[in-house]
Amino acid sequence: MKKHLKVALVGNPNTGKSTLFNALTGLNQKVGNFPGVTVDKKTGACTLNSEQQATIIDLPGTYSLYPKSKDEGIVLDVLANPANEWHPDVVVFIADATNLKRNLLLYTQVADLKIPVIVALNIMDLAKRSHIKIKVDELAAKLGVRVVPISARKDEGIAELKQAIAESGEFALQVDTLDFDELGIQNTLTAIQQKLAIAQPYVALQVAHNYRQLNFLKPEQQEYIQQLLAETAFESKGLQAQETLARYSFINEVLFDTLIIPLQIDQETYSNRIDHILTHRVWGFVIFMGVLFTIFQSIFAWSEYPMSLIESLFIWMGDTAHQFLPAGALTNLLVDGVLAGLSGVLVFIPQIAILFAFIAVLEDTGYMARVTFMMDRIMRKVGLNGKSVVPMIGGLACAVPSIMSTRNIENWKDRIITIMVTPLVSCSARLPIYTLLIALVVPDYRVWGLFNLQGLALMSMYLLSMLSAVLVAWVMKYLIKARERGYFIMELPVYRMPRWDNVALTMYEKVKAFVLEAGKVIIAISVILWVLASYGPPAKFKAIDEKFDSAAYTTQYSPEKIDQLKASEKLENSFAGMLGKSIEPAIKPLGFDWKIGIALITSFAAREVFVGTMATLYSVDGDASRMESVKERMAEVRNPETGNLVFTLPVAFSLMIFYAYAMQCMSTLAVVYRETKSWKWPITQFVYMTAMAYVASLVVYQILK
Amino acid sequence: MKNVKTKLSQLAPGESGIIKEFTDLEMSVKLMEMGCLPGESIQVERIAPLGDPIAVTVSGYQLSLRKQEASTIILQ
Repeated sequence: MKKHLKVALVGNPNTGKSTLFNALTGLNQKVGNFPGVTVDKKTGACTLNSEQQATIIDLPGTYSLYPKSKDEGIVLDVLANPANEWHPDVVVFIADATNLKRNLLLYTQVADLKIPVIVALNIMDLAKRSHIKIKVDELAAKLGVRVVPISARKDEGIAELKQAIAESGEFALQVDTLDFDELGIQNTLTAIQQKLAIAQPYVALQVAHNYRQLNFLKPEQQEYIQQLLAETAFESKGLQAQETLARYSFINEVLFDTLIIPLQIDQETYSNRIDHILTHRVWGFVIFMGVLFTIFQSIFAWSEYPMSLIESLFIWMGDTAHQFLPAGALTNLLVDGVLAGLSGVLVFIPQIAILFAFIAVLEDTGYMARVTFMMDRIMRKVGLNGKSVVPMIGGLACAVPSIMSTRNIENWKDRIITIMVTPLVSCSARLPIYTLLIALVVPDYRVWGLFNLQGLALMSMYLLSMLSAVLVAWVMKYLIKARERGYFIMELPVYRMPRWDNVALTMYEKVKAFVLEAGKVIIAISVILWVLASYGPPAKFKAIDEKFDSAAYTTQYSPEKIDQLKASEKLENSFAGMLGKSIEPAIKPLGFDWKIGIALITSFAAREVFVGTMATLYSVDGDASRMESVKERMAEVRNPETGNLVFTLPVAFSLMIFYAYAMQCMSTLAVVYRETKSWKWPITQFVYMTAMAYVASLVVYQILK
Repeated sequence: MKNVKTKLSQLAPGESGIIKEFTDLEMSVKLMEMGCLPGESIQVERIAPLGDPIAVTVSGYQLSLRKQEASTIILQ
């Protein structure tokens, strides 16, 4: 049995790297995290031949080893540090055969790190179609590496590539691609090599350029390098430019007689023809709006059935468990706390799966790059990215999958701002609250015989949410510091058919990531909320039980009515109820009483819980999910002290505004934590949104009062 | 002959030029990594519907960049 090999896939974006990764590993993949960055770490097992196994790691696509973002920096971190857990024995460099020159730039950088390299020449089918000829054997001889032509999409050449990996030696055989003497910094490099015990001069050069970002350097080493660079007047950007030019002249020499590109015939490519329509000044936007509308409708409509299926399944499971398990605190915790929390996690699966199916198709076909191209101008003005449009429209259905989808926004600042404002967009969970409150206080009346007043009120809430998101993004543009210089320079890949297996895999991976990572937080919070709402001071709870067991009640009311009254009184006296009462002074200026306070606390689990809590608090007859009965009951509720109606127009609007802005969704917070890898952003989001909700509700209530 | 166009950002769709040099050192590294090299021919394919960014063809593939970024590319 030979050594178990670690193989890293390195290459430019849009070269079919993930397709190759899937072809090599099949479904034996694991998605994990690189520390400190938001790119997924994908690893997988690959059987090379009957006696050899390899672990493949898919590194983020990049154009150069010089990182332009923290995510790209991971490539250098893994490749330049032999002590890194993922430092490979072999690099498989995947190069796009239709664009060899630019692809080889990164190759030369990787080659000079002196890790054994194999070049996989991908998209050979497309290259042949465009009459590009590559003399593979000559190219291999000139570079001193194995070059394997493949077509990852068609599964061609994969066996040969596996064979090449299995046969790869321990030593790097590739020729040097850079003459370090030309850069004139020999002394600096030697000093770094000696001090840090680095064998390769190019590793030393990369360390000199990127020492601040490399995680494996110790603070004193960084300090040493900083001092050394200052003494030797090391001019980082100029040297990078010089190096890049030198590398291209090497590449030109290599490709001079190995690459034959036909003279550009004056004929438009099919991709260009498609672009004439898809980025047209009128049709481009019309089609894009159509695409957004389709996505939105699908998340809304297609997910409804599976979502209610999941919910009823859990309700059935809960009922069954209550029937067969011994009654008691443990069963209650298991069923009403944990099981309900699990249901709250799994119910998001349909929405996540549907949104990511669309996003995978948009990315795969190359359309997403055109969206960015078309929308950049407007979105940039407010601090967002062209790609922010998709998550924000998705936010109309649900912020959870939308925030997960911000991952394809490369620029860190743009991504953070998009994450921060997406929950402001009016999601479907706010809809039951809006419809309930609007039906309660806005008359069903037509204005000019055309507009329904209730419809207008609802539409205003949606417009308000969009406007607020844009406004907050604009403010955040000035508040959040950029982590890296923002470039827009972006490849517009040629249009291709989506790979349906990739679409399915993306759906599966996103659902899995959500359930496993955000799910934990959601279940934990829902258990806490459940405990708060179902337990209170024991003496008080005992007294309530005794009160409703007494003959005064059992003779007068039906058992159902007693259960309702009991549930209502228990909620009032639970810890959540006590909390609701204790925040009453703070929310009184907004027009809210302590009962609304309780609903605010319980609906932190999810906004729609508001309706259920109202039903319990006001002991609504019949099924609590029947909104009509909740509405009727709420319409007649009076304040016991003043005798006035509780849900007046100012209160209802103040409450709607509060739900429009407040971060009343633990699932969103959990997913923001997962996507930003830090509690700083979800907490910031919670604080700013709650503050905004408070102030806006205060203003609305005080004006309307 | 009208005014000589020297920056990539001044070209109209369909027009092309040859890259001579860059005015922004840091940007030039990124541009060269993406295939915009001195001596390469570069053609403006189209301008985004809202006037910015632009799409160009350079060394056999399409690139999109903002006008401000394109203005750092000096043509021969």
